Amino acid sequence: MNVLVCVKHVPDTETRVKVAADGLHLDLGEANWVVNPYDEYAVEQGLQLKEKLGGEVTVITVGGDDATKSLRQALAMGADKAVLCSDPAFEDADPWSTARILAAAAAKLPCDLILSGKHGVGGDNQQVGSLLGQLMGIPVVTVVTGMDLEGTSLMLKREIEGGTEVVKASLPCVISCQKGLNEPRYPSLKGIMAAKKKEITAWKAADLGLDPATLAPSFQLKKMELPPPRPAGKILSGEIPDQVKELVKLLHDEAKAI
Amino acid sequence: MAATFQSPDFYRLDDLLTEEQKMTRDTVRGWVQDKVVPVIASHYQACTFPRDLVPEMAQLGLLGPTLPEAYGCAGMDQVAAGLVMQELERGDSAMRSFASVQGSLVMYPIFTYGSEAQKDHWLPRLARGEAIGCFGLTEPDAGSDPGSMKTRAERRGDAWVLNGTKMWITNGTMADVAVVWARTPEGFGGFLVEKGTPGFSAPEMKGKLSLRASVTSELIFEDCPVPEANRLPAARGLKAPLSCLNQARYGIAWGVVGAAAACYDEALRYARERIMFEGPIARFQLVQDKLVWMLNEITKAQLLVWKLGKMKDEGTLRHAQVSLAKMNCVWMARECARLARDIEGANGILDEYCAMRHMQNLESVYTYEGTHDVHKLVVGADITGYEAFRTVTAPVDR
Ligand SMILES: Cc1cc2nc3c(=O)[nH]c(=O)nc-3n(C[C@H](O)[C@H](O)[C@H](O)COP(=O)(O)OP(=O)(O)OC[C@H]3O[C@@H](n4cnc5c(N)ncnc54)[C@H](O)[C@@H]3O)c2cc1C
Ligand SMILES: Cc1cc2nc3c(=O)[nH]c(=O)nc-3n(C[C@H](O)[C@H](O)[C@H](O)COP(=O)(O)OP(=O)(O)OC[C@H]3O[C@@H](n4cnc5c(N)ncnc54)[C@H](O)[C@@H]3O)c2cc1C
Repeated sequence: MNVLVCVKHVPDTETRVKVAADGLHLDLGEANWVVNPYDEYAVEQGLQLKEKLGGEVTVITVGGDDATKSLRQALAMGADKAVLCSDPAFEDADPWSTARILAAAAAKLPCDLILSGKHGVGGDNQQVGSLLGQLMGIPVVTVVTGMDLEGTSLMLKREIEGGTEVVKASLPCVISCQKGLNEPRYPSLKGIMAAKKKEITAWKAADLGLDPATLAPSFQLKKMELPPPRPAGKILSGEIPDQVKELVKLLHDEAKAI
Repeated sequence: MAATFQSPDFYRLDDLLTEEQKMTRDTVRGWVQDKVVPVIASHYQACTFPRDLVPEMAQLGLLGPTLPEAYGCAGMDQVAAGLVMQELERGDSAMRSFASVQGSLVMYPIFTYGSEAQKDHWLPRLARGEAIGCFGLTEPDAGSDPGSMKTRAERRGDAWVLNGTKMWITNGTMADVAVVWARTPEGFGGFLVEKGTPGFSAPEMKGKLSLRASVTSELIFEDCPVPEANRLPAARGLKAPLSCLNQARYGIAWGVVGAAAACYDEALRYARERIMFEGPIARFQLVQDKLVWMLNEITKAQLLVWKLGKMKDEGTLRHAQVSLAKMNCVWMARECARLARDIEGANGILDEYCAMRHMQNLESVYTYEGTHDVHKLVVGADITGYEAFRTVTAPVDR
């Protein structure tokens, strides 16, 4: 089975974010950039399928040259090939444009299954996987925590409010991966050395037959701000039974926590 | 403290590293954070080595990382190997000690002085962690001066017979193979003694207050027969074990930078959060003095070990340069651990914090692989021509 895994290069979740002076961008300072954590489940799943069934794992990203770091990471984990979709026209790509770029690239690659993370941390749009499936006209199953192959179909577990759903999907399809699906491996030192020798294919808009004019973002970011600082805590006083009653009331009415 | 580690990099020395070196460092850092940090304090308290982590270390390629792929190793460069040691020791000196012994003191001598058969038999097994090794040089009465060792190997027909006692041997009790150094009629020789050989026992030493998560043992040889095929054919004289120690010291110089960074990071966080006299203690000059001292020494050490690695990769590294690095880095790390513990006040004596554990470990590291003072004298001999560690101090031929 040939698996295409979409990965995104993101600042790690430990990064302390500041809003840049223009109020439209984040100032990420010296942030450490990593493979989106949910994409690691997708890479691991691809590798496990390859180990069981043969075939190849190709990782793909839309991003700048610095995103090769995440591709190398996936290659070091054991992926066979990598594709970097990079073009000035892709710079402000929104989820819709990103999905279009990936769909155009996927059409040029042999793939029986497309895996992505359930969402990319930082942007938190949760759209690319679904849009990609829609554009390619193939089934999409999101937030998947379990996967089994049954003949030519996949049996997929997905998390829903208060329970689990089991879905059967035919191949090819797009699956977005959630924590719990597997435990991503660490790249081994040998894998890191091997990754150095693997080739990364670079595709621009023209290589993908995309007209840059159609890739303009479909929405405009107006403003970015940090959440307001947390207000000071409240300390209750009085008799303990009264305090308990007051606490329950506040948690229910004000905090809406219960 | 479980908070994710932030390595100090005040001079952006990351810029000196290749992508592969950074990826290696980050991978081992992540593994140590996930697998070592959560369990190490309880192993330390229980005086046990987390042996279940050995297969994972092997899988990652941390055992003998610079040896060739033909033996199942990664063939990494020396800086990458140093970074591996740095991250392991950030977790605990016991983890780095295990990897140092396995890689530098067991795999390295077999690779360098062993026969083809010995290499083919042992190196892949040691790389996969299926076999554990130890290195027996030190004796109860022969530490800094290994030339005074009493353990001897005598020829009996085609084989050898070993008699004597080694002490302070890391990994000894759990080792499948011991690289043992002994007097021979020709001088000194190295022997691969397998677990279970008659007359060979390796009881664990008890009562350590340092490196408690590492196994330290005696090796006892009573008329222990060793076939000629188990002698390291190319190891002649004390130069052979000393060359192994030189490899291990290189790893120590890197390793302890990790321990120091762990202490610094922990102390810095603590100082920012600890409120005393109505504000964070980080605002006091005396506390800042300590934090800046640590950062200053760590930054210099980071640069020192990086250059050490470059010289090792070029093949120009001299042993006195390794001595200086071992001496400097362990000293500064030990001081950092003490300062961090001080900043952490009473909390600093708890095993929930890493500083005191590192501080206690570093007492061993200060002594083993050549004591701090002996390395000072090695550098002294290099620059003056007088070997002050010997009784006779005529100038030596340089
Ligand atoms: C936890 C641990 C693990 C170890 N693991 C191993 C191992 O795996 N394999 C192995 O072979 N050994 C191992 N060792 C032994 C270690 O290498 C020795 O402890 C070290 O070489 C010092 O020897 P010593 O303890 O006998 O001290 P000594 O040599 O007795 O030194 C005592 C003091 O005298 C000083 N001194 C000695 N000679 C001189 C001199 N000429 N001039 C000035 N000062 C001098 C020293 O600096 C030191 O301060 C280990 C030790 C420890 C603590
Ligand atoms: C084993 C043990 C037994 C103890 N037994 C007792 C006991 O029986 N009874 C009891 O009451 N207490 C006891 N203590 C508590 C002990 O007295 C305190 O730990 C000590 O007063 C330091 O306080 P702290 O730990 O809160 O450190 P902190 O006050 O938080 O100090 C942390 C660091 O900040 C520095 N610092 C603090 N203030 C300043 C400043 N203004 N300027 C510069 N630097 C500053 C300190 O020097 C230290 O390096 C015990 C502690 C231990 C470890």
